[in-house]
Amino acid sequence: METKDKKWIVGQGSHIYFPQDTRIIMFQVILALLPACAMALYVFGMDALKVLLVGVISAVAAEALIQKYLMKTALTINDYSAALTGLLLALNLPASSPWWMICIGSLIAIGIGKLAYGGLGQNPFNPALVGRVALLIGFPALMTNWSVTGGYLAELYRKVNPETLTAATPLGFVKAYSGTNFSADLVNYFNSYKINWESLFVGTTSGSIGEISELALLLGGAYLIYKKVINWEIPVSFIGTVGLISMAAYYANPQATLLPHYHLLSGGLFLGAIFMATDMVTSPFTFKGRIIFGIGCGVLTMLIRLYGGYPEGVSFAILLMNIFVPIIDIYIKPKRFGV
Amino acid sequence: MASELKTFSQGGIHVDDRKYSHESPIEKLPASKLLVIPTSQHIGAPAKVVVAKDQAVKIGQIIAEKAGFISANIVSPASGVVKAIEARMSPTGFKQECIVIENDMKDEYFEAVTDIAPSPEAIEKYDPASAVKQVEKAGIVGMGGAAFPTSVKLSPPPDTKIDTIILNGVECEPYLTADARIMIEDADKIAAGLALIMKIFSKNGPVKGYIGIEANKPDSIQKMSEAAAKYKDIQVVSLALKYPQGGEKQLINAITGRSVPSGKLPGSVGCVVQNVATAAAIFDAAVNNKPLIERVVTVTGLGVKTPKNLLVRFGVMFTELIDYCGGITEDAAMLICGGPMMGKALQTSEVPVTKAVSGILVLNHSEANLYEEAPCIRCGRCVDVCPMGLQPGMINKVIEAGEYEKLEELAIMDCIECGSCNYICAGHERLVQKIKIGKIKLQEILKARKEKEAREKAKAETKAAPQDKPGESK
Ligand code: SF4
Ligand code: SF4
Repeated sequence: METKDKKWIVGQGSHIYFPQDTRIIMFQVILALLPACAMALYVFGMDALKVLLVGVISAVAAEALIQKYLMKTALTINDYSAALTGLLLALNLPASSPWWMICIGSLIAIGIGKLAYGGLGQNPFNPALVGRVALLIGFPALMTNWSVTGGYLAELYRKVNPETLTAATPLGFVKAYSGTNFSADLVNYFNSYKINWESLFVGTTSGSIGEISELALLLGGAYLIYKKVINWEIPVSFIGTVGLISMAAYYANPQATLLPHYHLLSGGLFLGAIFMATDMVTSPFTFKGRIIFGIGCGVLTMLIRLYGGYPEGVSFAILLMNIFVPIIDIYIKPKRFGV
Repeated sequence: MASELKTFSQGGIHVDDRKYSHESPIEKLPASKLLVIPTSQHIGAPAKVVVAKDQAVKIGQIIAEKAGFISANIVSPASGVVKAIEARMSPTGFKQECIVIENDMKDEYFEAVTDIAPSPEAIEKYDPASAVKQVEKAGIVGMGGAAFPTSVKLSPPPDTKIDTIILNGVECEPYLTADARIMIEDADKIAAGLALIMKIFSKNGPVKGYIGIEANKPDSIQKMSEAAAKYKDIQVVSLALKYPQGGEKQLINAITGRSVPSGKLPGSVGCVVQNVATAAAIFDAAVNNKPLIERVVTVTGLGVKTPKNLLVRFGVMFTELIDYCGGITEDAAMLICGGPMMGKALQTSEVPVTKAVSGILVLNHSEANLYEEAPCIRCGRCVDVCPMGLQPGMINKVIEAGEYEKLEELAIMDCIECGSCNYICAGHERLVQKIKIGKIKLQEILKARKEKEAREKAKAETKAAPQDKPGESK
């Protein structure tokens, strides 16, 4: 072609770009969640598959329908963010969740948690957590129904309590405990459901389908840190704070408290700290800000676990800290050059 | 060299350097018949035309005179006749007043020039008293791309004490290789230029000279080191590969550890920074009375067939350079004057090479950022990479919301427009474009505020005056 007559595209600099954009970031987070999904399938069987599929499909559908018919704007489902929200919501639900409840959760997550604020990037709260907490408040019984029908856990429960095929989570057990001999009963409960720190770490215990395996979540987290999608600051400060406080709580009252490493390994701490608290949209801009955010999440989580009405506090803690992000960003600024 | 390479203290990005033309020796492109010379090729006021249509001119003759303190002379790059003085497209992307010269191909000089070779002896013998005047006459401006008038940089206010002269051989913009080639092929002249600049400043005390080069140019480092070894107090510093190391403040920080305070010039920390090609031009002008009539331009990108480094007379059209390099490829998409980070996208290649054109970059569809802007996802990467410690994402939001007063607090004026934030942005936000707009808006606000304050002060004074008088008379 003649150089002289060429019609050049005119753009604004910089004219080259870093390939890892929003789409790729979202996709990489989804990839990082695959080990956790695999564990969910192993431990909960087809129930988990159903929850995962309904979660992802309903979230994408919710975004597409709301954007097309209600907001009449361009669809943004191509950026994978709705799919990720749906996946995260699903991973935060019990295997027994009915499909309609998941759909309500997705609708709230996408509609109220994200699009009502103006879409991706404008939402102050992590959308998946908005959906989850709404369900927790609306359907408390369904959200703590740990019964199973298939997978590894069903096998295990068939030997212990074949009628109900269910068991309390360690945090739920502690919160609901009303007996007189805590230590003995705890050991009893642990033994009957083969709970020890190894099984908690690998994830062959009860809980929301995505939170059970710290091993799988750490694998995903390591991948995301390696790919520079997330920083280490929030997971480390969050988990570290929970570790420190649970240690203090245990030594203050060993008779009624879980051992510190059980606090770390049971519940949604790793899922929350690695995948939800690190949500870029709803976490601080700066290194110091992220440390403060992580510590705040850890403190609030332990306050809720130890003194609150719910057995688990990770979701509430992250949502509460989300409120402080704009303030953290105003007060914690990067160091300017030459000032 | 086991020691760790130096670099600047904060921010910055690691970009694939894509120096496709690094191995191509500089080729001289013949001057064309018609040369188009804009009167504004530098930062500051446009030069004032001092020739008339049909007037005969010679090489080095001033055809437009510097107008104001920050401005530069424009000299004729050829001998011939002034054909027209009219507005034409320039590589700034706008139409500008240009002097069109018909080249008679005789290459006659306006004033006699000499051919003294660069050497320590030549610098030893040289009396620097008239150096700044020579540089001004030759029309030299910074050739790294910013085009700040060099004579102004060489005459800082009398109260600034300069102890360090730094030559910028970083060429941190990906793709560009002009400076790297000049260092390989003309190292002696660059070193002599640096020694000369040091001599200009040494009347107030000892001056050290450094030449900063990134480690991806080992051949440039070697050639420059050999040349520098002939002089006392000149040291070549290899720097770690990091963009924007060629920014004045970043380079000073990398080499000396000093930080130029916000809103201040390099002189405030005792430094003067010049580009390597500028140093060579300073030698030519000062010692040999040679005017600045040509420069090395890198023509590169996957959108041109054979990337090359060309020595080009000012006023030659981009089209000619590109076609000399085999023309454009089928999927060429974007034409950029300068580098990919800070350069300007042009609509047409029918614009002339000026003093500020360090490269002509033709990006194909796979290289060019052709994405639409997507929302900011607050990934914070722009904050991490900003070498000035700003919050580009926040600045962007404030500008989009039209809350321009907040830009003062966000220190938008510190932005060096390096494009690092823009490069890394997950949402492909055009941050630099908006920052440029924001700067203008903030300046308007600040100006209006100053005027208002002045008015109020004047009012207060006139009010106060009658009351004062009775008091005085008592
Ligand atoms: S805000 Fe300015 S200085 Fe900072 S990275 Fe962006 S362009 Fe560079
Ligand atoms: S890099 Fe882009 S997407 Fe990320 S915070 Fe900055 S402006 Fe937002």
